[in-house]
Amino acid sequence: MNQHDAIQAVLARHGNDGTRLMQILRETQEALGWLAPETLTAIARGVNWPRAKVEGTASFYSFFHTRPLGLYRVLWSDNITDRMLGSVELMQAMCQKLWLEPGRVSEDGLVSVDATSCTGMCDQGPAVLVNYRAVTRMTPERVDRMVELIRSRTPLADWPQDWFRVEDNVRRSDILLGNDMVPGDALRACLARGTESTLNEVKAAQLRGRGGAGFTTGLKWEACRNAPGKTRYVVCNADEGEPGTFKDRVLLTRQPDLVFEGMTVAAYAIGASKGYVYLRGEYRYLLESLNSALARRREAGLLGKNILGRSGANGGFDFDIEVHLGAGAYVCGEESALIESLEGKRGVPRNRPPYPVTHGFLDQPTVVNNVETFAAAALIALRGGDWYKSFGTPRSAGTKLLSVSGDCERPGIYEYPFGVTVQQVLEECGAGVGTGDTQAVQISGPSGITLGPDEFGRRIAFEDIPTAGAFMIFDLRRDIFDVVRNFIHFFAHESCGFCTPCRVGTTLLKNLVDKIAGGHGTRSDLNEIHNINRVLQAAAHCGLGHTAGNPLAHTLEKFRPAYERRLKSLEFEPAFDLDAALSQARQMTGRDDAGAHLANELETPR
Amino acid sequence: MSEPTFTLDGREIPFAAGQSVMQAALAAGVFVPHLCYHPEFRPHGSCKLCTMKINGRHATSCTTPAAAGLEVESDTPEIQDKRRTLLQMLLVEGNHFCPSCEKSGECKLQALGYELGVLTPHFNLLYPDRPVDASHPDVLLDFNRCILCELCVRASAEVDKKSVFALAGRGIRKHLIVNAESGKLGDTDFALTDKAAQVCPVGVILPKKCGFCVPIGQRRFDAAPISQHVDEFKPVAIPGERA
Repeated sequence: MNQHDAIQAVLARHGNDGTRLMQILRETQEALGWLAPETLTAIARGVNWPRAKVEGTASFYSFFHTRPLGLYRVLWSDNITDRMLGSVELMQAMCQKLWLEPGRVSEDGLVSVDATSCTGMCDQGPAVLVNYRAVTRMTPERVDRMVELIRSRTPLADWPQDWFRVEDNVRRSDILLGNDMVPGDALRACLARGTESTLNEVKAAQLRGRGGAGFTTGLKWEACRNAPGKTRYVVCNADEGEPGTFKDRVLLTRQPDLVFEGMTVAAYAIGASKGYVYLRGEYRYLLESLNSALARRREAGLLGKNILGRSGANGGFDFDIEVHLGAGAYVCGEESALIESLEGKRGVPRNRPPYPVTHGFLDQPTVVNNVETFAAAALIALRGGDWYKSFGTPRSAGTKLLSVSGDCERPGIYEYPFGVTVQQVLEECGAGVGTGDTQAVQISGPSGITLGPDEFGRRIAFEDIPTAGAFMIFDLRRDIFDVVRNFIHFFAHESCGFCTPCRVGTTLLKNLVDKIAGGHGTRSDLNEIHNINRVLQAAAHCGLGHTAGNPLAHTLEKFRPAYERRLKSLEFEPAFDLDAALSQARQMTGRDDAGAHLANELETPR
Repeated sequence: MSEPTFTLDGREIPFAAGQSVMQAALAAGVFVPHLCYHPEFRPHGSCKLCTMKINGRHATSCTTPAAAGLEVESDTPEIQDKRRTLLQMLLVEGNHFCPSCEKSGECKLQALGYELGVLTPHFNLLYPDRPVDASHPDVLLDFNRCILCELCVRASAEVDKKSVFALAGRGIRKHLIVNAESGKLGDTDFALTDKAAQVCPVGVILPKKCGFCVPIGQRRFDAAPISQHVDEFKPVAIPGERA
């Protein structure tokens, strides 16, 4: 098929609908390798959108490329947990073997190697994406073999299938992961109960959103149901982008029916007939299995027209679900940015009010909930709110999935009733065994909270430490400054760029942290960090910006020596770094020996 | 019944239904620093210069609906300090050389710098590489000065119905693009008479064939600081907006 036909086939599959631009761009790129200028022009014409708007979307997402990036594109997951497992050295080795610089495509157009934000394989890293397919547990041997396979242009289908194996690593199950619900049972219970009473059960369960913010699910559903609109939508937020989080991947692998059933319960309660799962691009490999699960449900009468054989006139309803893939943008985990992306646009958070429950997808009332929230809702629909509320604490009902990674013997998924202490989790996952004591735990990812040992008695619960589920462990061998630096680089990379403070502020923070890392930091830089962080907290447009400075603020408070031992003793440090300014000359002459650097004793950190 | 009011820095501000805190303040003659706001367009909320403390919480006043009894702080040392930092962020993000800029004295970024007492860019300059576009016969685009307020994007889409401009990239790499496969303005249907040619608050969209027609020193904000131009920013009916 030639290029033109390939593009037209994709456009036809999506009805030339611009709101489906994300899927159109992804499928076109899968067919053609990249999104060339003339490809974007053809797509723009096809969906009847201004070309610049199409280019705006295409250039927003990390996984769309508007320049050729090789037949093979290898992206190394750059979460701190991957780094702790040796990803930086492995990526360097790969680049050397391929004669490549990170981010650059090889001269023969064969391959490019780069870093990408956490791919959600923290319990089985170091992880890479090869042409957007997940490969786990990289080793030096795998790097060698992969380089050979790339050089010999071996198709991915002929690569060792074991490399693409993704483990669930479920270490502790409770009511959610241990459930044995027969698909359809929760829906049968709903239909027997009626919409009003279904909503009441979810309210009675005091279920709160599992994505981190913790809004009461029943109230969200009720507000959506009561909002005026032509139609209503149910959206499942599976854009699990918070570094260190991977529980939604496991839920969608092991319990897709439970998640879909929860979405269908929501649809029944609010009166929606269409639902979307917004699946992060990193989980592309799950698309086929999710689509077959949906097909099975349609065949079983659990999706589609007249669910469970009950027509609308007979108190029944219609509902169907579609999986929509993201393309590498953390900010799309924010619900209004997710909706923008679902509409084919740049993933920029909207101004609020209005909120998605009244003006969401295509401006219609929309419920957006996390994967785990829908799974819990299905159980509530089956067993009732009182049953669910009997787990957890009085203010945090039910259980929580934790994605445990970092320095411990048994990384993976742990399901606990709310109220579990950090200490108990550390003990059960084997933290610090044989490697020294645990120095810190990062809960809920970079945007969450850094805890030191004196806080390990605190509890996972909305009233103490709310979390989306990430639980990264750092023992005494780790340098907390490296952890923070990784997090700040992440935020600078993932800022959508809409508002001034986040767009510029995260880059300024990144530069300051790099300056300190290079041994050029001074005390005034720490004040500067505080100053920028205060502006981010006060003026940023969304949660990404509000929390981007958290890791710095928390660790400056709790782990200040990690910074101070890097600072110069000088009162004054020129901002201009003469040695760094010579880096281009070094690159051009291919030199990196001691004589090519301006060394002096002042540049050695204390 | 008397008009509803809220309090801004201790002063009672009346407002009409549907007005934002910022619109009500401007209508009452209180200047509010802003860059992405324009009276003829819907609020955007991206530059964040109009951030105020509303009932104790920071929020953009251009997107916050006015409501009776709100307690609003704007002209406080804390908020003005944050606004200065935001201006400094914009000044280091682009390449701004006021002395040689055609828009000096007409530029809102420069005028707000003077207004709020920004004496230096403070942060290290980022020196982005942003080539100019001189392909159009009547207009020069100097992207070095772009502050990404999207006013030209909005004007071209909503008023001119041309969508000549859009944003591409993400984060600090976000940048303005034009609606042509070549990426050149000369290959679009842009015209000097477009609304989009009139709204740039800084010096990106410049008419050709007339350099420094009004001498520096005799321009709008040279004559009086931006805060004394508050009448120019008072809310008007927004085209296409439901009344």
